[in-house]
Amino acid sequence: MNQLVNFLKRMPLSALFGLVVILLNLGVFCLAPAIAPFGETEVVGDVWLPMSTIHLLGTDHIGRDMFTRIVYGARNTIGVALLITFIAFFSGTILGLAAATMKGWVDQVLGRIVDIVMAFPPLIFALMVLSVMGSSTTVLVVVLSLLDCTRVFRLVRAVAMDVEVMPYVEAARLRGEGFWWVMRREILPNTMPPLIAEFGMRFCFVFLFISALSFLGLGFQPPAADWGSMVRENAGAITFGIPAALWPASVIALLTIGVNLVVDWLLNLQSKSAH
Amino acid sequence: MLMNKKRKNDDLLTMKNIHIAGGKDEIIHGIDLTLKRGEVLGLIGESGAGKSTLGLAAMGYIRSGCAVTEGSIVFDGMDLLTMNASARRKLWGTRIAYVAQSSAASFNPAHTLIRQFTEVPLQHGIAGKARAEKKAVKLYDRLNLPHPEEIGRRYPHQVSGGQLQRAMVAMAMAADPDIIIFDEPTTALDVTTQIEVLAAIRDVIRDKNTAAIYISHDLAVVAQMADRIMVLKDGNLVEEGEAEMLLDEPKESYTQELISVRLNHARPRKGEKGGETILKVDSVTAGYKKGERVLKNISLHVGKRRTVAVVGESGSGKSTLARVITGLLPPTKGRIRFGDDLLKPKTSQRNRETLRRLQMIYQMPDVAVNPCHTLLQIIGRPLSFYFGMEKEAIEARVRELLTMVELPESYINRYPSELSGGEKQRVCIARALAAKPDLIICDEVTSALDPLVAESVLKLLQRLQNELGVSYLFITHDLTTVKAIADEVVVMFKGRIVEQGPRSEVLTPPHHAYTEKLLASVPEMDTDWLDNYLEGSVA
Repeated sequence: MNQLVNFLKRMPLSALFGLVVILLNLGVFCLAPAIAPFGETEVVGDVWLPMSTIHLLGTDHIGRDMFTRIVYGARNTIGVALLITFIAFFSGTILGLAAATMKGWVDQVLGRIVDIVMAFPPLIFALMVLSVMGSSTTVLVVVLSLLDCTRVFRLVRAVAMDVEVMPYVEAARLRGEGFWWVMRREILPNTMPPLIAEFGMRFCFVFLFISALSFLGLGFQPPAADWGSMVRENAGAITFGIPAALWPASVIALLTIGVNLVVDWLLNLQSKSAH
Repeated sequence: MLMNKKRKNDDLLTMKNIHIAGGKDEIIHGIDLTLKRGEVLGLIGESGAGKSTLGLAAMGYIRSGCAVTEGSIVFDGMDLLTMNASARRKLWGTRIAYVAQSSAASFNPAHTLIRQFTEVPLQHGIAGKARAEKKAVKLYDRLNLPHPEEIGRRYPHQVSGGQLQRAMVAMAMAADPDIIIFDEPTTALDVTTQIEVLAAIRDVIRDKNTAAIYISHDLAVVAQMADRIMVLKDGNLVEEGEAEMLLDEPKESYTQELISVRLNHARPRKGEKGGETILKVDSVTAGYKKGERVLKNISLHVGKRRTVAVVGESGSGKSTLARVITGLLPPTKGRIRFGDDLLKPKTSQRNRETLRRLQMIYQMPDVAVNPCHTLLQIIGRPLSFYFGMEKEAIEARVRELLTMVELPESYINRYPSELSGGEKQRVCIARALAAKPDLIICDEVTSALDPLVAESVLKLLQRLQNELGVSYLFITHDLTTVKAIADEVVVMFKGRIVEQGPRSEVLTPPHHAYTEKLLASVPEMDTDWLDNYLEGSVA
């Protein structure tokens, strides 16, 4: 416990702030029904009511409680973004390591497939698939994981290629170690640091991408609450001087900044320990 | 200016009671240093002794994160520590120049040599482009670079390492500086190239009466260059004296040790000759690309309990031979017998038992062990892999092996980053021994280590051979190592074996011409050695 307190004390203020933001979001993510004062899709009052003690952040364009929507939105947006990032990392890492370890045709085939996917601008690719297949959460997860998996693959392959030529990997091969051991025990631990940093960044990108898709109407479908679509739905109110759209927009910004601060701090730590 | 330079016996550079700290630790603990005009001062010590830090401080340059906490540095009447940064920068390159260890890393690969040469004179407004280029050609010629008129038009990757190092020296001399600081300029070169560079450097600085600080860990090299030598250890001055005096009558025990490392050649023979053959390489030819032949018709054999040294300069195919034997590079022709079996050409085709009996130790201990594993994991893996040992048995055996390689048992849970270079090499030895091999291939195992540490690693290898009866195939470019450890010597040149036989035969005349050159190129602890060598080769 003392150690933890000491550790937190030594963290720079920015990282601490980021950490608090992330923890807060995760807390909301887990406890949404307990925190939210109203139901996710419940119409509770007039359209675009101003802030009050009952409706902390006012109401939205059809009279649902804004605060409740943001709390549930955290559930949907963060949950799906995390899921996508995990899938992308899991598959991207395995494929990247396999390409770097086996080389030859495996590397060639995987590399070219990734090139083909990356040749499409991601937003256009996503729009295409989502409009053809319909925008269900499953399709969203599959498409975005596929897109992000290619970026992770590229990174892992590049880092692992550098590790793969190290004498300790050669030593393991000469020992007669199998492919799986070399990949998992010799190469993977040495590619971890950049991967951790990338995870944070990737999460932000996915999260913003989902928000963007939702804003375009192809992400989460109403009436499910989600920050991106909340911005779109309430954007019109800005012209009347009603700040409803700013709330979801600012939580998107806050979480992105928070994650980035923590990633920066992790990168810093890592470069220090490397010296 | 010229008059100034001719005036000897006045102190050009005076450093008094220098203390340099990096963070909380002090690196240099109060050293005095003076340099007269035209004098060459040698700084010697193992890595971590503070040679480079002191050498850089002599030009008023302190590495970031370090600071001079006490003392003064006066160059030609100017205090380098208190003067402002831009004035100090004006001195660098024009009056004080620096030659780094790795010239390949110091040159910009995108510009030609001559363009980088003219940078200093042009920047400081000393000479115009045409004059600077003329001077470059003159210096290239002076430094014995081939085709001095044209070589400047080449890019750094288009010349050899030795030539690049000389081009670097030429660049340092571009503005006729008063002092040049040489930081291990020949360490990365092999013996035969080293001589050319040493001779070139020495002639030029003598000619121009330039003062120099020559930093090296190799006492024999410094002895050729320096008028005076300072021996450093852990940031302290151990001994200082005229080069000859210091070599003939070293006062401190540390200096004596440094000198005796080189002289300690003799090794008791192990009696019986011949005996059982462990490894027999039979007319092997191999190359990396189709049709290429890096190894040409190599045959050699290694007996049980014996050490065979493969010697040659870089590019002679020594390491390729190791790759062929370990199965990383299948030979295009020839066969290899290991014990009673024929070795399969590829590692992946060999069975576990064969792999176990053939182990390897690498040149760079830093990268030969996985930085993410503890010593228990590193040394324990061969035990579980080859022998299927259980957890407790592994731990007990790893402790045993650590003791065997003279490391404390308490290291068992450490990571490699918490060990020194020599200790890491011992871990690699322990890992190889864990497999209970019949033959260990040692690829330049001591070349990345300081002389004293290298000596102790060699002693350890010898002791282990006596106790366990393993054979070594010892790949090296260092003939001192060969003299210390080998029973038999194989000399390689351009992928061929030019001479082979028992150590005493190969190392005593008559030699093959290349062996002769190789042997003669090893600097000796004698200040006149380079002169004698050069005279000999001219005659």
